[in-house]
Amino acid sequence: MNYALLVMSSPFSGQGAMTAARFARCVLARGHSISRVFFLDAGTNNGAAAAVFPQDEKNWLQPWVELAEQHDVELILCIASALRYGMLDGTEASRHEKTSATIHPAFTVSGLGQLVDATAGADRLVTFGG
Amino acid sequence: MSGTNDKSLLLLVRHSPYGSSLARASIDVALAAAAFDQAVSLLFVGDGVLQLLPEQQTEQQGVRNQGKLLASLPLYDIEQVYVDAEAAQRYQLDLNTAPLNTQALDREAMSRLLLTHDHLLGF
Repeated sequence: MNYALLVMSSPFSGQGAMTAARFARCVLARGHSISRVFFLDAGTNNGAAAAVFPQDEKNWLQPWVELAEQHDVELILCIASALRYGMLDGTEASRHEKTSATIHPAFTVSGLGQLVDATAGADRLVTFGG
Repeated sequence: MSGTNDKSLLLLVRHSPYGSSLARASIDVALAAAAFDQAVSLLFVGDGVLQLLPEQQTEQQGVRNQGKLLASLPLYDIEQVYVDAEAAQRYQLDLNTAPLNTQALDREAMSRLLLTHDHLLGF
């Protein structure tokens, strides 16, 4: 079965984002596929490259990076939300005259059409947060 | 777009208009879906019905007017708009004054509605 995920939870608040990453791992372990994970609103904070984690807390960026690097899962940050939250890739950073990119390279910034497209092609869409 | 795999979408809108950025985000998703010719319906439930209040004024807050945004939905062919009748009643909302035409549903009709769509997006 082909899944698409919509993540609206910030990693800084509550369990939604971590649950989404765990769910994604389980979906793949069961032999299903994930066409895309789309991050909207506060969910775009999951792409923050420069966040530093307290030693006694879990690193919430790593599970996403692993999904992208080991399983080729597409991680898309909604561009309208991402800009508002300061989540910029290199292109957006220079377009808006900011000093540097702020997102991890495992993530891509793109439009809401990517969510619509993933939804149209998915057997199941699962929403986290909101 | 994977045009051959079109699915009907139901967006469940739970947030009041100015208490959360998700109120805006949910309508943005509806507009994007409509722009890509997807069948999209909206269901306002709980505090979400407050988005349908008439005469919203936001100049002083410096945020965009959610009521005006909702009023524009029919221009994008989003006309399947449903409201949790119980929540509307609780807030004494007169749906005749809402920024767009809606259909009020009781609990039973709402659960039927959830079953008739391929994907639910909960905001």
